[in-house]
Amino acid sequence: MKKMRIVSLLMVAVMLTGAFAGCKSKKSDTIKIGGLAPLTGGVAQYGQAVDNAVKIAIEEINAKGGVLGKQIEYKSVDEKGDPTEAVNAYYSLAEEGIVALIGDVTSKPSKSVAEKAAEDNMPMITPSGSEESITASGTNVFRTCFIDPYQGKLMATYANKELGAKSAAILFDTGDPYSTGIADAFEDTAKALGMTVTNNEGYASGSTDFKTQLTKIQKSKPDVLLLPVYYSDVALIAAQAKQLGITAKLLGGDGWAGVLNQIDENNIDVLANAYFCNQFDPTSTDQEMQDFLKKYRERYDAEPIMFSVLGYDTAYILAAAIEKAGSTDADKIIAELNKTDYDGLTGKTVFNEKRNPVRQAYITTFDGKKEKVLQSYSVD
Amino acid sequence: MDFTTHVINGLGLGSIYALVALGYSMVYGIVQLINFAHGDIIMVGGYSVYLIMVMNGLPAWIAIPASLIICAVMGMLIERIAYHRLLVHNAARISLLITALGVSMFLQNSFMLLFGSEPKAMSIFDSQPINLGSLVLDFSTLLNISVSVVMMIGLQLLVNKTKIGKAMQATSEDAGAAKLMGINTNNVVLFTFAVGSALAAVGAVLYCNTYPQIKPDMGNLLGLKAFVAAVLGGIGSIPGAMLGGYALGVAESLTKAYISTRLTDAIVFSILILMLLVKPTGLMGKNRKEKV
Repeated sequence: MKKMRIVSLLMVAVMLTGAFAGCKSKKSDTIKIGGLAPLTGGVAQYGQAVDNAVKIAIEEINAKGGVLGKQIEYKSVDEKGDPTEAVNAYYSLAEEGIVALIGDVTSKPSKSVAEKAAEDNMPMITPSGSEESITASGTNVFRTCFIDPYQGKLMATYANKELGAKSAAILFDTGDPYSTGIADAFEDTAKALGMTVTNNEGYASGSTDFKTQLTKIQKSKPDVLLLPVYYSDVALIAAQAKQLGITAKLLGGDGWAGVLNQIDENNIDVLANAYFCNQFDPTSTDQEMQDFLKKYRERYDAEPIMFSVLGYDTAYILAAAIEKAGSTDADKIIAELNKTDYDGLTGKTVFNEKRNPVRQAYITTFDGKKEKVLQSYSVD
Repeated sequence: MDFTTHVINGLGLGSIYALVALGYSMVYGIVQLINFAHGDIIMVGGYSVYLIMVMNGLPAWIAIPASLIICAVMGMLIERIAYHRLLVHNAARISLLITALGVSMFLQNSFMLLFGSEPKAMSIFDSQPINLGSLVLDFSTLLNISVSVVMMIGLQLLVNKTKIGKAMQATSEDAGAAKLMGINTNNVVLFTFAVGSALAAVGAVLYCNTYPQIKPDMGNLLGLKAFVAAVLGGIGSIPGAMLGGYALGVAESLTKAYISTRLTDAIVFSILILMLLVKPTGLMGKNRKEKV
């Protein structure tokens, strides 16, 4: 309680200084939007991808006149991928008077921040926090990426309906909620569709040897093998699956994006028969997409990834909602976010009642050393 | 039939542990130093093959011997630069141990700086499944097992039949007496580091062939497991290191198959603790009395 009192005293002090500062310079000329992203640390590449893309989007919006006739002032804070740092950074942004928040980037800090943002009724969109319970924190919390179980459901349906699979095996990372989230939903959906799940094998995070599990899977000869893991593990598992003569079609989620860089040219055929769902189509000839990719590459000398595209769309979705709300009132922005119907780089996005996006995924396969998008696909 | 496959898969993995464990064991036998940088020599071996084969497009028959030489030289350099003065001046064990950890961190971080922390892909030999009746094995497993057996036989011959091998045995038994008999123990130590590191390079080639990915911290867990294998088999003993490596690999594979994939490492390290409680000298370790 004592802490609260100190915090509130500090807040009063900050507000007062803000008010006095306001007397001198007209600060309310801009609309402040806060950003949280891990710009350093182990997941920095995701944070930078989002932050870079949001900056491009905000600049474009400002160049076209901003929102509500004002320029957007975007301030992002590095939370190093740490939930405690993220919450602290959120408080300092809130004190600076942001009207909405873009972030956080990874699931754990997003969840922590969402709980605090819910107390303040702060409009918040996470571009890439995929853990299911984040948006359950409050009616103010939205997300632009798919939730993990959705990808499992999608891939099971695709395998059954489009690839004609009757049996499936799963090999997942037991220490990663992303992996277990997809695996569980895949298994449930597959069974509901009348498929047999021959093996459901797990492995400990950081493993490199999968021969034991793959030997068991090889014995039961499933039609498809789901690998709901990130690209560097996919590369290892796919190579060992080939060594053991597994011929099942390999399936995966958006964590596969970038897997081609992890596979040696001589080994490229390990992915000859693999499909994963991506959240955008990097090969798209769409002019907007091409412009964005070009701008991003030129400006940051880096290859844009899925996180960049999601970050870009998130900034536009938020700006559109503020514009339609006609004010920076939190309730009005949230009401407009709920009515979102935005056609962006990732496709057409609307939010469902759980404030998760309803959008198509891009089923991607491999054609030699290139990714190839087969079709867009969605399930209810 | 499944059981046989799991055992053979385990032996394939164990062969790599065994090759790395040999290096730990030999160095410990000669200078009583647990060379924690040994695991990172595997990483150096992996990256040298990558540099030569993938980045410069040269064939495997050049890349593999070259990586053996690079690792052997690296081993000797580490001995000369980091350990030599400590050994000559009879520094405390703990100083040696901490130096070894320092070398390990130095190697990992310099490779991260040079090549980045992203894993790199590489494949050495094309590996097709081999069907033996109802057994389906992969080529790399069989290659690992046969190479490790050949290496151990070669090493036994080297240690028992050659002059330098006998000098190694003498230095291991009593370095002071060996010196008095005219053996240049400094060179023997250097040679031991070279051979141990070259074996780690062989381990690295087999490892990268089986698991086609290299990263700067790949030596951590692999080195630790190989160290466990060396202790399990009786540190200082060559057949012991091999036996320890195989035992560990098979134990891992069977744990994954029949008990739990999550608990694999926990069970492997429990085996070590149990072994140390029951027979502290390891499976084939000699019970050496401390000389006063």
